[in-house]
Amino acid sequence: MTMTKADIIELVAKRSSIPKKQAELIVNTVFSSIMSALETGDKVELRGFGSFKMKERKSHQARNPKTGDKVFVEAKKIPHFKPGSELKGLING
Amino acid sequence: MVKADIVDEVQNKTGFPRQKVQESVDLVFECVKEALQKNEKVEFRGFGIFRVKERKKGVGRNLKTGETVPIKSGKTIKFKPSSRFFV
Repeated sequence: MTMTKADIIELVAKRSSIPKKQAELIVNTVFSSIMSALETGDKVELRGFGSFKMKERKSHQARNPKTGDKVFVEAKKIPHFKPGSELKGLING
Repeated sequence: MVKADIVDEVQNKTGFPRQKVQESVDLVFECVKEALQKNEKVEFRGFGIFRVKERKKGVGRNLKTGETVPIKSGKTIKFKPSSRFFV
């Protein structure tokens, strides 16, 4: 089963008894603010959940899996999520 | 950036009462946690996907002493960032 943003919005609206439109605005702002913090190089730490951080990835030689051609992949930054111990405990519990 | 900063940003943008914003932001992560606990995948279009991944048991080594130590199998969370991060 997959949960989508719409499901989370519905749950937030119901449980904090606010209109769905407000919950939608809140949820969207939460994730856009995380994204913009990461893009400026900031680390985002959410107690009890985990932390997000951009990680450098070096340039490397890869292959196009379809054609087998060698391709060069430029160095880039990718967002990385590290689950917090509370979350890890929860899913392993 | 910590949760309080996110709450600030949401409050500035929406103008909703602080207490409500705080409660809702907490709920967002609470709901994600609950879904993951039920082994469900959580997908936020434009941000990324969180899912639970099984990890096999393995063999590790104490680097100081050279002894082998077993690594238990377990679960972890995998986050796959949206391609929006790369534009």
